[in-house]
Amino acid sequence: MPPIIDKKKCSGCTLCAQICPLDVFGPAVPGQVPAVRYPDECWHCRACVIDCPKGAIEIKYPLSYMMLHRDVRK
Amino acid sequence: MVKINEKILECDVLVVGGGIGGLMAAIAAADGGAKVIVAEKSDTRRSGSGTTGNDHFNCYIPGVNTDSLDECLKEFRQSMVGKGNYDVHIQRLFLDRSFEVVQDWHAWGINMQPHGEWEFNGHAFPGRKRCFLKYDGRNQKAVLTNEAKKRGVVIENKCPIRDFIVDDEGKIIGAVGISIKETTPELKIFRAKAVVSCTGNTSRLYPSITPPHLFNTAHCPNCSGNGRAAAYRAGAKLVNLELPNTHAGPRYFERCGKATWIGVLSDPDGKAVGPFVTKPDKELGDITTDIWHGVFNDKFRDGTGPVYMNCTETNPEDMEYMLWGLECEGDTSVLEAMDRQEIDLKKHMVEFGQYNPMLIGRGIEIDASGATNVHGLYCAGDEVGNFRSDMAGAAVMGRIAGESAAAQATAEAFSDVDLENHKTVKDLQALCTALMERENGDSWKELNFAVQQIMNDYAGIIIPRSENLLSTGLTYLTNLEANAADAIGCEDSHELMRAMDAIDLALLGKLIFVTALERKESRGLHRRSDYTFTNPLLDDMMLTIRQEDGEPVLEWRKGQ
Repeated sequence: MPPIIDKKKCSGCTLCAQICPLDVFGPAVPGQVPAVRYPDECWHCRACVIDCPKGAIEIKYPLSYMMLHRDVRK
Repeated sequence: MVKINEKILECDVLVVGGGIGGLMAAIAAADGGAKVIVAEKSDTRRSGSGTTGNDHFNCYIPGVNTDSLDECLKEFRQSMVGKGNYDVHIQRLFLDRSFEVVQDWHAWGINMQPHGEWEFNGHAFPGRKRCFLKYDGRNQKAVLTNEAKKRGVVIENKCPIRDFIVDDEGKIIGAVGISIKETTPELKIFRAKAVVSCTGNTSRLYPSITPPHLFNTAHCPNCSGNGRAAAYRAGAKLVNLELPNTHAGPRYFERCGKATWIGVLSDPDGKAVGPFVTKPDKELGDITTDIWHGVFNDKFRDGTGPVYMNCTETNPEDMEYMLWGLECEGDTSVLEAMDRQEIDLKKHMVEFGQYNPMLIGRGIEIDASGATNVHGLYCAGDEVGNFRSDMAGAAVMGRIAGESAAAQATAEAFSDVDLENHKTVKDLQALCTALMERENGDSWKELNFAVQQIMNDYAGIIIPRSENLLSTGLTYLTNLEANAADAIGCEDSHELMRAMDAIDLALLGKLIFVTALERKESRGLHRRSDYTFTNPLLDDMMLTIRQEDGEPVLEWRKGQ
């Protein structure tokens, strides 16, 4: 369910909803914590995390986006 | 009934899409004396494939990376972005004007010399000259947005354009879009003497590497071919659609940036799979990822895979440079995801894979001025079909298209056609109203998934194409399109935008089938089981498709 907004930190500036390239938040009301209306359309670009002036947003990565990795076989 | 905003917005030049190409076009058009509006699907401060950054800028800096333009052109034409069916005269023009854009970007505040000098590394063959400048693109969208605003450019965010409007003579007179600023949609009409279409790549046409996730795409998934579809409906020629293009990167997190990794593509034993490097090399990267995307599937099939990006022997200084590079590229999510999974690149190899095709460097045909065959319609960026150079290509050709559009538009008068009652606007209003008023309709996602499964199975890159499969797939997609028109329902403006995306994707899918049927040979990833050979007579031959009286018209031409 990306992104996740910390309601205690959010100032309701709505910048995240304005700049999201995928419109994941939809229209937001100034002064209120934006809703995340379309979570499965998140591109995980972190623009909202980077631009949030309060550091109130965290991205959750779907389990299936796991990055496959291993040690070099000895 | 979906409303039409009564205020028609007027400008000399309407730029459709405010990515790198669109913003550069807007800046150039404003410098050329034009009144400019940018209609952007999201917000120009963060949108498109350059949203959070970029790594390299293909360019010619005289006496720095090569001694002559021809020398640079040779390297460009053997690179991931220059190789293929592209017009050489546009590639040459692009290189010729690339350094002026690099200098302007640097002056405007995009750091093109992050370490105080011109650095050319990555995407490189051993022993050869280089043409990819490393830069820090993190702030590029904000900087270009500011530069546009300084010049009086008006930016209409959250306004995806659906159609370009042409008069009875086929000339551009405006465009119509759907405002998604509020949950209730509203049509917006623009009266313009010229339109520069810059809507980027086409993602979401084929399944992602995690098929249930439509938006797990290497390039921006908001870019879904809207400009190509609108241009086709307006009579413009599209080119190179039948030649699939793929990208490669981490599994299962689709993301660009393979050339920023400083490692060696390796098998499970850590042994190099490509011929270019055996040890991590900051100057070169491993160009195997650029030119042999099939390596991942090939090694899977022959039992020697999977294939990994192996940075375990990268020295600490180069590792730090690589992590910095991934940030500049805007790939902080990849870094964060690796961190959360406790992936330690000093110890772990990360599996890479080939992603499914998307349209980039396949699309609208332009001439050296950025103009299409439709009077008043220009195009730049990933959406162009006969030229490609990704971010740098968008920047330089965006500038050229903006200059040309301004010169044409400032010399012409506005059309006095009644736009509000124009057939294009009325048809769109009727379509939007039907989708918004339908109760218990299917989600747009059903259409998008259905398009993807047909494209993957009948015009994909795993199963070879053939007359049978292609003609069958075309029939299925045509039926799907007809069924969807009577089935999709939308709850709000956002869903309406996505429904339009899916409808455009279905159209572009059909055009891929039609052109793939016409190319009766195998070439690159266009593999035909009924024509397994590459026909030398088709070397350098480009296939265009345009619409006339509602029917597709195919034409071949020689590359120039």
